Amino acid sequence: MSESDPARPLRSAQQKADFKRELTAVVPHLRAFARGLCGRPDMADDLVQETMLKAWAAQDRFEPGTSMRAWTFVILRNAYLTDMRRNRFRGEYDEGVAERILTAPAGQEEPIHLSDLHRALLTLPPERREALLLVGAGGFSYEEAAAICGCAVGTIKSRVGRARAALSEMLASGNIPQRSVDDATAHRAILEELDAVSGGYMGAGDESDEDY
Amino acid sequence: MASDGSDKSRQGEQARAGRRRAAAKSAPEWADGLKQLYDAVVEEDLPDQFLDLLAQLDEQEMPPQGQGGSSPSGQGDAR
Repeated sequence: MSESDPARPLRSAQQKADFKRELTAVVPHLRAFARGLCGRPDMADDLVQETMLKAWAAQDRFEPGTSMRAWTFVILRNAYLTDMRRNRFRGEYDEGVAERILTAPAGQEEPIHLSDLHRALLTLPPERREALLLVGAGGFSYEEAAAICGCAVGTIKSRVGRARAALSEMLASGNIPQRSVDDATAHRAILEELDAVSGGYMGAGDESDEDY
Repeated sequence: MASDGSDKSRQGEQARAGRRRAAAKSAPEWADGLKQLYDAVVEEDLPDQFLDLLAQLDEQEMPPQGQGGSSPSGQGDAR
């Protein structure tokens, strides 16, 4: 069983099997993260398949024992940013989200529905949306989320805080903008946001969202 | 002067703290919804396409000899 080569350690059959098992186990999470990022289930699933192909091709770079979920989320978000730039996603929301009542605040006549939350989430700038998804939905710590997004912990904290404040405000007022990405101006704005985000994970000091 | 800047930054801090408090106060009302959205997808039955893809990738795997670097099978088209 001396499969290890000092120059390039080959993966043992066991390691390959482990990789496949762990990748399989994480697919539902990839789907959930992708759905939150890009809204429409069919697009989200395309993104997950793309992520799986990339992860598979890069499996020699996965360190056994580390978090498969975090590792694949990095791949997924990078694929998302690239595809977004190529105009594949239009930020449409999922019409199929249940009209389930989320909260019925005492003082308000209108209860908040899960679909409202989903729609509001998709109006957030991508970097705040992903930060909130990672921490508030995926249960990652700020530190883990920062590692996934390639930015400082403080940046993640501020993004999550702003995302929460924006959602609270939208949900409280019932004023949830429709994201009109077919509109050229809106689309350009989204691409500019993306430039700021991808600038972050390319390694530049990520101060891009310090000015509110 | 320095006090000018620090006043401003103190105001900014207060405003930020206010926003944070407001967010912290109102977040619990809907915060659970984020988990619901996420968990609802996690708990869905996994469509066959994903398991099929994994099976395909497994079959395509070449015996680990020619680790030259170029991928023999265009994996990008496997979909």
